[in-house]
Parts: sequence; structure tokens; C-alpha cells
Amino acid sequence: MNRRLFAGPGAWLIWAVVGFFLLNLAGLIGEVIVNSLGTRWFDTWLPQGFTFKWYSGAWDEFALSHVLIVTFEVAVAVIAISLAVGVPAAYALARRQFPGKRAVMLLLLLPLVLPPLTYGIPFATVLYEVKVAGTLSGVILANLVPAIPFVILVMTPFVEQIDPNVESAARMCGASTRKLMTRVLVPLLIPGILAAGLLVLVRTVAMFELTFLTSGPDSQTLVVALYNAAFAAGIRADQSIDAMAVLYMLTTLLLLVIALRFVNPTQLVSRVREEPTK
Amino acid sequence: MAATETIRVAAPTRRSRLAERGVDRTLLLLAPAVVLLVAMFAYPFLYGLQLSLRPQEGGGLLANYRAFFADSFESGTILKTLRLAVPATAFNVLASIPIAYFMRRPFRGKRLLTAILVVPVTLGTVLVAEGLLRYLGPRGWFNRTLLELGVLDEPLRLVHNYWGVLFSLIITGFPFAFLLILSYMSGIDPTLERAAATLGAGPWQRFRRITLPLLAPGLATTAVLCFVLAFAVFPSASLVGQPSGSTRVLSIAAYHAAFEDYDYSMGSAIAMIMGAVELAVIGLLLGARSQLYKGPSTGGKG
Repeated sequence: MNRRLFAGPGAWLIWAVVGFFLLNLAGLIGEVIVNSLGTRWFDTWLPQGFTFKWYSGAWDEFALSHVLIVTFEVAVAVIAISLAVGVPAAYALARRQFPGKRAVMLLLLLPLVLPPLTYGIPFATVLYEVKVAGTLSGVILANLVPAIPFVILVMTPFVEQIDPNVESAARMCGASTRKLMTRVLVPLLIPGILAAGLLVLVRTVAMFELTFLTSGPDSQTLVVALYNAAFAAGIRADQSIDAMAVLYMLTTLLLLVIALRFVNPTQLVSRVREEPTK
Repeated sequence: MAATETIRVAAPTRRSRLAERGVDRTLLLLAPAVVLLVAMFAYPFLYGLQLSLRPQEGGGLLANYRAFFADSFESGTILKTLRLAVPATAFNVLASIPIAYFMRRPFRGKRLLTAILVVPVTLGTVLVAEGLLRYLGPRGWFNRTLLELGVLDEPLRLVHNYWGVLFSLIITGFPFAFLLILSYMSGIDPTLERAAATLGAGPWQRFRRITLPLLAPGLATTAVLCFVLAFAVFPSASLVGQPSGSTRVLSIAAYHAAFEDYDYSMGSAIAMIMGAVELAVIGLLLGARSQLYKGPSTGGKG
């Protein structure tokens, strides 16, 4: 197996392309990290000296403790609500054929397929009318729009894997609907719920457009704060923007490491794919 | 369930007739999700649609749309968006096919490689844009390397223009496309290829006649998802691009109209146009798929 991977000019070309891509990726990330640690950096390979002062500066300047708390609150609320609503819905969709199922599927697919700005702008307009725009609840509501369909689509194959006979057996043994849920279905669905929850977490932390449209000064998540700082570049030192970028990177990478412990990326996409192709 | 059975034997009630078609209390589990999505997605969407038909300055139902298409600065945004999204999607998907083909078998370090490739997807467009501003900037490491190597005499202009945005779409989109295609490729039964080899098919024939047709549905899905990602270029177009010129994409025009000119009606109209253009391209992609391949959509996975 290994020999075939490295043999032949085609294989070398392919490794070269992948290597070039990874090199540029490393350069991109590396330069942000080095800049955030540098003192003064003009026309040289590396800055003149290294310091941690930009981190403490960025922490105060961008009120990062507040931003991190907001990010955390939004993520937890979105995960909890989307799982509570999405898992039962996935169960119903996996188990039942009913008239109007196609319409429901369309309602689930559209929020995932349309660009977030397409519904984000009307959504934000409605929020402004009902005076929820700029609040934490507005941001949570906006993030739920893609999160709920996402949970349902990730969960449906997991439900389909469970043999309906298991449920019937539990019924025969006298389990009530509630007991069936708590003792049989939820324990069997735990891997799926974990995967869906982690993916929603990663997506919510990285979700820029919807949060950007609905958040106010007090309800910015980390990625929106980073965008605002980068967009207003020149007002603040480059290095402190990059310090914030590094903190954002560390947050997402931490989530990614946790997620990868539980989900294999290639398996995951092949699970998700079943639904959208139909 | 037992209860409904006995009732049906006695006399088919309305409830049991519905249950036969699959409508029973289990469907109530679907209700919260549907209600929330109707309230938070369908309603705002329709509200936006009717708002876009009531222009702030009056002038009839379609005045916003007429204004958009009459002004070449505005209507040009459609072309600018497609000029970024289509090449980025094509590159990401086409480059992923050979790479995924070579890596379809398990090898040491595959898991590490896939993990590294998930990184840019997780980092998100904002961070990649910020990184590209440094890395591809006139004094960044990329230009510096080329200058030192003597390839260039003066730094390439790669940020604050079209190229910067295209690179950011590739950096976030390529790993995404690659991972999707790799998972589709791993889903194809390897015995099919071996059978073809036994029957005398060469490597190219095996790829062309066995792998590619089985991969076609997956390719279409990947292309759609990549296009969706690339089409929404908002942060990178405004950070690494030239948001008032060559990369003034639809999303920037819509945002500008709604939140800088406070013309929610026009903003919604551009948002609707954006949705329509995107769905049209997706329709084309899926249409192409059904032209190329008529068979089960689940590939060779047993």
C-alpha cells in the first residue's frame, strides 16, 4: 500500500501540490502568530523582538473576557435548543413516511443551502421591528435557523441505524413512551447526539454572517469582534488584532481537537451526505 | 399501536385511516422544529420578499428590482460574485479528484492529514482573510520568498483585489471539497476496480469507467456545497478584496443597501436576487448530474 502512494510521477506531483497547499497554510497561520508576538516588524523575515504585551493589550482593548462569555452563552444555548428540537424531529422523519414530507425536507434544506445573508437580512429586519435586534436572544435565534436543520440532517441516519424491533421489544416489555425515550433511544443515539452537538458548536463559533447581522455592541461573538477589528484596521495596532486572531484560532482549534476525538471527518461527511443528495 | 389495530378492526376511524398513511402522534415530535423554522426562516423570508416589493421611494412593485438591473454598478455584482464563486468551486472540486483518488486507500498518517485539512475549514473565512492580508501582503512571507529566490523583481499585488479573495475561497474551500470527495471515494467498493482490472482494464480506464461514474453523484453534491460556501463570500470580499470595486459581490451590495443606506426594502430585494441566482446555479449543477449519471445516488457503498 505504502509503496504505491509514493511511486510514479503522478503521485509525486500530487504530494507536491498537497505540500504546497499545506506550506502556504502554515505560512498564513504562522505569520499571524509571529506578528502577534512581535515588537516591531518592518522589512525583515522576523520581527525585531518578541513580547506578550499585545495579548494583555488585546484582552483589555477588545473586552475579550466579555466577548468570550457571549460566545460561550450563544454556543451553549444554540446547542441545547437545536438538540432538544432537532433530535425528536429527526426521529419522526426517519421513522415515518407521511404526506407533505417533501415540503418539510425543503424547509430543512433551504436554510442550509441559501447564503446566510439571503435570509439573514430579512431576519434582522424583522428583529429590528420587534426590538430584539442587537440582543443576545436575537443572536441565538439567528444561529438556530441553520443549526436546527443541521442537527436533523446529521441525526436522521443515526436514527435509521436503530432497529425498530428494539423499540417494539421495549414496548412489549411494558416500557412507556417516556421510558422508551430515556432508556432505549437516547442511550443508543448518544454518539450521534455528541457528533451533532460538537458540529453545531464548531459551526456556531465560526458563524459570521448571521451573528454579524443580528448582534449589537454587547452581543458580539469572537468571530464578529475579530472581523470588526480587522475591518477597522489602522485604528489599532496590527499586532493586537493578530493577538485576537490567535486567541480565536486557539478557541476553534481546541474545539476541533475535542471534536476529532469523537468524530472522524471523512466518516462524518459520508453520513451527512445521504440526505442532501435526494 | 396495539390500540389502533383493534379500533381499525372494529370500524376504520379517521385516526386509524390517517395512521395508515403515516400520520400519527409521532409526527408531533416534528412540530417544534417545523414551527420554529416557519417562524424564523419562512416568515422572515416571505416578509423580506414582500418588503422588497414595497420600495421606500415608491414607484410600483418591481421598482427595486428595476433599479438594481438598470444600475450597472449594482447589477454587475452578480457577475462579480459568479466570477469568484464559479472558478473557486471548479478549482476546489477538480483539484480534489486526483488527490482524493491517490489517497483513497488507507495509509499511515491519513488521519493526521485529514485532521490538518479540517483546520482551515474550522478557522473560518474571517481568520483566513486576516492571515492572507499578512501572508500575501507586499511585505509578507510569500512575496519575500519569491523576491529572495529572484523569481520576482517587485512584490506581486495579491491582496485588496480579486486574487486575494479567490485565494481565500480556495484555502477554506479546497480542504472542504477534498474531505467530501475523499469520503465519497472511500465509499466506493474497491472490489469493483479489482474486477475491472481482472477483465483487463488499465488504470485510466478503471478511473474513467468505474470510479468516475460512481463518484458523479458525490461530485455534484460536493460542487453544490462548495458553491454555496463560495457564493456567500462576505468577510473575505470585504477584508482581502476591494469591497467598493472588483470584489463588490452581491452580499456586500445587499449589506450596504440594508445597513448603511438603511433601505431595508432594497436590501431585501438584493438578498432575494442573491438567493435566486444561487438556486439557479445549483439547479444547473443538479441538472448536469442527472444528465451525466442515471443510477442509484448512493454510490457503491453496500
